[in-house]
Amino acid sequence: MTDAAIDGPVLSADGRPLKQSLRRSLRRQQWRAILLIAPLFVFVLVSFLMPIGSMLFRSVENDIVPDTLPLTVAALQDWDYASGEPPGEPVYAAMAADLQAAFEEKTHTQVGRRLNYETPGVSSIFRKSGRPVSRWDLAEDGPFRDRFIDIDADWGDPEVWRTIKSYGGRYTTGYYLAAIDGELTPEGPRLKEPDQRVNQKLLWRTLWLSAFITFCTFALGYPVAWLMANIRERTANLLLILVLLPFWTSLLVRTSSWKILLQEQGVINDFAVWIGLVADDNRFQMINNQFGVVVAMTHILLPFMILPLYSVMKTISPTYVRAARSLGATSWTSFWRVYFPQSVPGIGAGAILVFILAVGYFITPELVGGADGTFISNRIYYQFSVSGNWGLAAALGTMMLAVVLVLFWVYDKIVGVDNMKLG
Amino acid sequence: MPQDAPANGADHYVVFDRVQKSYDGETLVVKDLNLDIGQGEFLTMLGPSGSGKTTCLMMLAGFETATHGEILLNGRPINNIPPHKREIGMVFQNYALFPHMTVAENLAFPLEVRKFGKSEREAKVKRALQMVQMDGFQGRRPAQLSGGQQQRIALARALVFEPDLVLMDEPLGALDKQLREHMQFEIKHLHENLGITVVYVTHDQTEALTMSDRVAVFNDGRIQQLAPPDVLYEAPDNSFVAQFIGENNTLMGTVKQIENGIALVELDDGELIDAKPVNVTRPGERTRVSIRPERVEYKAERLQDAAHTVHAEVLEFIYMGDIFRTRLRVAGNDEFVIKTRNAPDQRRLEAGEKIEIGWLPEDCRALDA
Repeated sequence: MTDAAIDGPVLSADGRPLKQSLRRSLRRQQWRAILLIAPLFVFVLVSFLMPIGSMLFRSVENDIVPDTLPLTVAALQDWDYASGEPPGEPVYAAMAADLQAAFEEKTHTQVGRRLNYETPGVSSIFRKSGRPVSRWDLAEDGPFRDRFIDIDADWGDPEVWRTIKSYGGRYTTGYYLAAIDGELTPEGPRLKEPDQRVNQKLLWRTLWLSAFITFCTFALGYPVAWLMANIRERTANLLLILVLLPFWTSLLVRTSSWKILLQEQGVINDFAVWIGLVADDNRFQMINNQFGVVVAMTHILLPFMILPLYSVMKTISPTYVRAARSLGATSWTSFWRVYFPQSVPGIGAGAILVFILAVGYFITPELVGGADGTFISNRIYYQFSVSGNWGLAAALGTMMLAVVLVLFWVYDKIVGVDNMKLG
Repeated sequence: MPQDAPANGADHYVVFDRVQKSYDGETLVVKDLNLDIGQGEFLTMLGPSGSGKTTCLMMLAGFETATHGEILLNGRPINNIPPHKREIGMVFQNYALFPHMTVAENLAFPLEVRKFGKSEREAKVKRALQMVQMDGFQGRRPAQLSGGQQQRIALARALVFEPDLVLMDEPLGALDKQLREHMQFEIKHLHENLGITVVYVTHDQTEALTMSDRVAVFNDGRIQQLAPPDVLYEAPDNSFVAQFIGENNTLMGTVKQIENGIALVELDDGELIDAKPVNVTRPGERTRVSIRPERVEYKAERLQDAAHTVHAEVLEFIYMGDIFRTRLRVAGNDEFVIKTRNAPDQRRLEAGEKIEIGWLPEDCRALDA
């Protein structure tokens, strides 16, 4: 250090600065490291990160309205909903021009559908109006206001125009508002009536059930992992195979077998009836509800709890408990004060693994969840593929991601991510 | 035998009475163990791995149960007393310090489970740390300590609740040589100052010799010899003990006659030597004669008149600093070693030299073959 301070940078044998020589000698290693991860990185980037990014972008993107109805959006600038009157003739003329162009492009139904998410009924007036408007002569046939109202009386409803005005921008927060069960009213955004807050209910249910399932896997998995870590290697390996066995069958098969077991005419109910536990006409309702989801998902996710627990417990030397006993602790105190704290990293790893998998679970709640056992992912799927509202699906997905990230942050504050060990 | 009795008067503090232990129901790991440890004694169980010494310690601690026989502590049978009620301190091989607790928490643990108040706990912890010269390390975690420091903390933790009996299972095994020797003396001093009884397990014979009041040499599930270190070293009862403790030269031969407590042994190459009969009883018996390297003399003026001498050829001279180690061929044995002190008048033997060596008959012990 002092040498360098006096004589400038340290030089290597050939007179080059040592730092430069070191960098040169490490460059080959760095390139090799980069090349080794490059294929996976490119794959993940192209097939995962970019699609997800573009999907998330859809949660705020609103190009279709300003692109399809540019003149109308511009003309509506001067109109004020508070007047209680439908807009003036220039707006109707602009709408006629926009609709003609849109009809050419066959996009008028799309913009109708987009606006329908915000105000139900808009879709049908756009669909109905496309063909008639396309026959109008824009220069000769005016004024258009009454002609529009002739096609559908709703064209005279200020509510329709307010929707177009509100959602005329290129970007919108409307999907997020919808995702948290809000709606835009003339008085500004507000939450829907409590009994209509579907997404919030699903979000809480997803988080709550996932936490409960995580707890169940912990309660069932901890003793098994402990046993595996404390018996002879051969027996432990056999148990490990039994734990991993469910991994060898497909998720669908496992979920379906729970269906067979739990359904009303299923194996368990048949047995209960046979031993006289319940009357034939009063069978247990164990499927298509939360109970079914919890049972099936606990079973499916159990290995993800057991494996990290086992790998951490295997490293806890039995002498710790012996030491505690020799120091005067009962077997319970030895376990609770000495063994359990050392197994916490395994619990942390297992819990976060199971919880995050559970939050995003789709197939099992879909198959055995019924009405009150579905998760937010089922809602996202519904918006995405049945209702076609990709923007809302993306907003729900983004929200879910944010919630999980927040929970992860909280978890890091409480347990500490460094304190988590997967093996 | 007199040396089997504990060093001081307080007998029967720990008693193993015909104890046997088997893990698989087929072989005995501990065979018919009888041991009587006095209060305040430092007793070491020494033996190769698998000799049953650790099993004995674990039975005393309560982590293993005796298959047969009784273990008594202070006159009370403890076979059915769980480990946490035995009030025995224990130091483990790898210290077993709780990694998630600080040093102070580790030491307070035995006091907490005994329901000591906070201020009393802190005082005792401080005192225990002072005892091992580790005061000021209360807030550290075990992982932040060196091996020697961890060792001290483990020691302090085993002593902090003031047990009368402390067990140590190869406590210095993980330390380097210098630190190990240093800790040997510290443990020895703690034992002397506190007046506790220590049962110490090791496979390191130097450790056993330097620290113990008495050493029990284990082999094959039995105590081969139980004696103070000097007796063990100078008067081994059988050839296992002779081989296991210290360096040892052995010569094979046949007993020709036993007279006046001296056995005349004919070595396999026909030379005759005198030896002290230890466990040979009659002429014609095969015997393994054992002599310590430092008891062999090669200078004629140092040999006593009565001593038998044997021809030897120098094979190798090794300079070891404080001593010279010379390898000889004696009676067909190429591994015969003598050790001489590096003194000004000492000659360095050279390979190929032919010399006469001899010893006192009482230093040469005729043992079982």
